[in-house]
Amino acid sequence: MLILECPYCGVHAEETELHAGGEAHLKRFGPGSSDDDFENYLFMRENPKGVHFERWRHVNGCGKWFHAARCTMTLEVFGTYSAQTTEPPKDICDKISAKRPGWSWRNFS
Amino acid sequence: MSNAVTALNGAKSTGYVTVKEAPLTGMITLRGTFASKGFAKMVKSVFGTDIPEQRKVSKGPEATVLWMSPDELMVVCDYAAAQDLVAKATAQLGDEHALVVNVSDARAVFTLSGAQLREVIAKEAPVDMSQFEMGEVRRTRFAQIAAAFWLEAEDHARIICFRSFAEYMFNLLKNASQPGYEVGGW
Repeated sequence: MLILECPYCGVHAEETELHAGGEAHLKRFGPGSSDDDFENYLFMRENPKGVHFERWRHVNGCGKWFHAARCTMTLEVFGTYSAQTTEPPKDICDKISAKRPGWSWRNFS
Repeated sequence: MSNAVTALNGAKSTGYVTVKEAPLTGMITLRGTFASKGFAKMVKSVFGTDIPEQRKVSKGPEATVLWMSPDELMVVCDYAAAQDLVAKATAQLGDEHALVVNVSDARAVFTLSGAQLREVIAKEAPVDMSQFEMGEVRRTRFAQIAAAFWLEAEDHARIICFRSFAEYMFNLLKNASQPGYEVGGW
């Protein structure tokens, strides 16, 4: 069972109170972009064994979207943070580095 | 004006915890920027209390204000007074970017009373009831529907859900509180 702390209301919400929103920090490529960029944006997703960044929504609670950093193998949660950002905050990255030295995910490490 | 009724006409079940549909209750949704002076002032002057802290309940003389999310409050008040309070709040907000809506008829309210009500809630909601305190409000799910609840006393709780789910909620609570279904957690 996955328990994530919602950064907006501080509730330690159990998985069934949340809704998964897929991969985090996608950069959108819309009309006018190259076919390759658009294809990457629309279809290509990470599928890591280990550190992963995701979007979640506290759907049966405050209703806010947020980000979570977790390990797909052990279900360890490194932290959750605001949705109003395009990259993971430094303290979350530091926490991951302490536990998974040498990790990388897309262009973050 | 039409004759307002509650969704289940005050249905009641007496199990090891008593479940009752509350009589008509005024409910007002407020959305706005809590940090804004105009918004905080309006809450204070119209509802007689400060904006509650995160996940807390604050009580005024005639209204109870619940913290629903970082930009949303729910005011629980007298049914007949709700429309006037909405008008007052809207007038006082002026140009402020905010929302005030009377949702009294769009929600259903239930009361649980009995010493073991924490157990009944724990059966239906993914909430650690041993950590849940008086003066706290929690939005969560009860089985498959969204709801919010808070404790008015150790043996008295209130639950708010959407009106269209009233029957589901009542049957759910009734079933969970049937005599003989005690788990003995509380």
